[in-house]
Amino acid sequence: MSTPELNAIEQAVASKYRHGFVTDIESDTVPPGLDEDVVRLISRKKDEPQFLLDWRLKAFRHWQTMTEPNWAFVKYPPIDFQSISYFSAPKQNKDGPKSLAEVDPKLLETYDKLGIPLHERARLAGVAVDAVFDSVSVATTFKDRLSKAGVIFCPFSEAVKEHPELLERWLGTVVPPGDNFYAALNSAVFSDGSFVYIPKGVRCPMELSTYFRINAANTGQFERTLIIADEGSHVSYLEGCTAPKRDENQLHAAVVELVAMDNAEIKYSTVQNWYPGDENGVGGIYNFVTKRGDCRGKRSKISWTQVETGSAITWKYPSCVLTGDDSVGEFYSVAVANHHQQADTGTKMIHVGRNTRSTIVSKGISAGKAHNTYRGLVKVLPSAEGARNYTQCDSLLMGPGCGAHTFPYVEVRNPSATVEHEATTSRIGEDQLFYCLQRGLSAEDAVNMIVNGFCKAVFKELPMEFAVEAQNLLAVSLEGAVG
Amino acid sequence: MTNTPPTPLLEARDLHVEVNGKPILKGLSLTVNAGEVHAIMGPNGSGKSTLSHVVAGKPGYTVTGGSLLYRGQDLQALAPEERARAGIFLAFQYPLEIPGVNNVYLLKAALNAKRKHLGQPEVDAFEFLQLVKAKMQRMQMDEAFLSRGVNEGFSGGEKKRNEVLQMQILEPTLALLDETDSGLDIDALKVVSAGVNDLRSPDRAIVMVTHYQRLLDYIVPDFVHVLADGRILLSGGKELALELEARGYDWVRAQDAA
Repeated sequence: MSTPELNAIEQAVASKYRHGFVTDIESDTVPPGLDEDVVRLISRKKDEPQFLLDWRLKAFRHWQTMTEPNWAFVKYPPIDFQSISYFSAPKQNKDGPKSLAEVDPKLLETYDKLGIPLHERARLAGVAVDAVFDSVSVATTFKDRLSKAGVIFCPFSEAVKEHPELLERWLGTVVPPGDNFYAALNSAVFSDGSFVYIPKGVRCPMELSTYFRINAANTGQFERTLIIADEGSHVSYLEGCTAPKRDENQLHAAVVELVAMDNAEIKYSTVQNWYPGDENGVGGIYNFVTKRGDCRGKRSKISWTQVETGSAITWKYPSCVLTGDDSVGEFYSVAVANHHQQADTGTKMIHVGRNTRSTIVSKGISAGKAHNTYRGLVKVLPSAEGARNYTQCDSLLMGPGCGAHTFPYVEVRNPSATVEHEATTSRIGEDQLFYCLQRGLSAEDAVNMIVNGFCKAVFKELPMEFAVEAQNLLAVSLEGAVG
Repeated sequence: MTNTPPTPLLEARDLHVEVNGKPILKGLSLTVNAGEVHAIMGPNGSGKSTLSHVVAGKPGYTVTGGSLLYRGQDLQALAPEERARAGIFLAFQYPLEIPGVNNVYLLKAALNAKRKHLGQPEVDAFEFLQLVKAKMQRMQMDEAFLSRGVNEGFSGGEKKRNEVLQMQILEPTLALLDETDSGLDIDALKVVSAGVNDLRSPDRAIVMVTHYQRLLDYIVPDFVHVLADGRILLSGGKELALELEARGYDWVRAQDAA
């Protein structure tokens, strides 16, 4: 990373501040900087109970004693945490574009390529939704169906008010406030996020996605998600949208916690396409995210599927702690890095219970001058009798200027465990490409086809509509990478 | 018969081609008309594969002299995919594997690329599947092929059948077969040859590159050419292949030097 990028971040931070200042300084935005008073202010603004304030303060005090991790295979200038504003209320409708006509045509062009429906484009572009279509009735319909099933699905801040007892019981039990530098920062200043509770024996009647939770679509860069699947329940959660955000050059430090009790199953799918910076590596999101699931109950299952195409830097390791006997953890990942993007991503599978099983399938694609790293830990504790892991880790290189790196860590402390690791690195060959061209395909279609074939094992884990969007997204991300 | 001869499908005149700065074809001349089947034979390293690659437009093959025309049009002006859509098909000597990409998907994409070029609508999914199944039967290919990746884990013989299957579906105007017989047992050779013979037609030409007379027992050519040292040294009818089989290539070289 070069200095211009730091400047870009500073500019973005500064402009955000100025933006807030002009519109409504007193109520919407606090000046840059972070101390206990800011943490108290955030908690007060959100009208939080005492336990949550105490929780935040504890996290903040711990964070002050910590240093940024530097073991990832990424480079960027130091972040000045005192130059960031930690509270900014969601953008008001009046700040956003009034109609699609006011939206950047380049953005619309991208939506077009992604095949996103017209009414959805407006929402993604930040157009005031109520002016475009009746979002309220849509949201209400889903809310009715969910509440009939007993499912709680709401913004985190609403859960703080409506279900404080659930929060107090579960918050931070998977990712403790002091877990790592960014998790601690998030715990101190998190703005909002999602809360999901699936009661015992309930199969959530629909796939939950932030798409339906329109009211929280503009949550900030420190969101927090907590999903609890009680005994015998099942839920599929879709995160992120497949379109570029307008927001640029910012630190995004989210925390996601999942808990699966006996016989419960959580499927968590992410398509991440934050702004990656331009062709020269200027700008883009620093995506430093902590995601962890605890298979707390027997025969529980947590499955992470991610398609990561955005962000200037991705630092992310969705993990599973396999506590319950016979529990199952899965991680399916496609990570794309083009131009100057840097991705250091992978997973951790911690086998605690007996006969626990984990599967890791990672597909890394590098193009341009990008570096793509898989970093994964498979840890089998002495208690994990009969644990099994299978890891498959494939890298695809496009062009001569990029790099692929693999750091698999394996720690086995039970002799009955079986751990397998397979890894390949390949290059989209001139010959492969020529073969497709000779059959009449354009270079662009040929590359897309080859890349999608490479990712097939992961895409088939995604819900259908998501898989289609992911394929389109890959095509957009790798545009011009070959030929 | 008219007085003006029809435009040849393929015409190479004094063609010079370099690969990595090394001259491979050094003044090759060849005319292929619609309805004809040509066999190009010659010793290893004579430039046989180079000829098929340069016609198909493989990157790295530079024309340094002479001309190369397809239906009277300079091929140099066309990208590989444009040549393919205009009806040039190369059956590869070593067909490439594309893991995770379904065979049928590639076939359909290829056919639709050609149809789009011709201003035709995309092929109907159901009709297409029926067509593929019929052609697969002709090529004695297993139904499991439908769900497999492009050439993924195929045996040498399966790959060659797949090439001819693609050719049957795409119905090229000029088919180039690059050692399609290599690595085939006698049964597979018969199936592959039958598949190629299906395509013989008055408005299509087939150019086979091969080492062996054996293939020509099944696909009987109208013309046989000997390519050596980057040039066509000798041309004749199908009987020339038998003579080559009996006397070897040195005989042709000696004759050419004389």
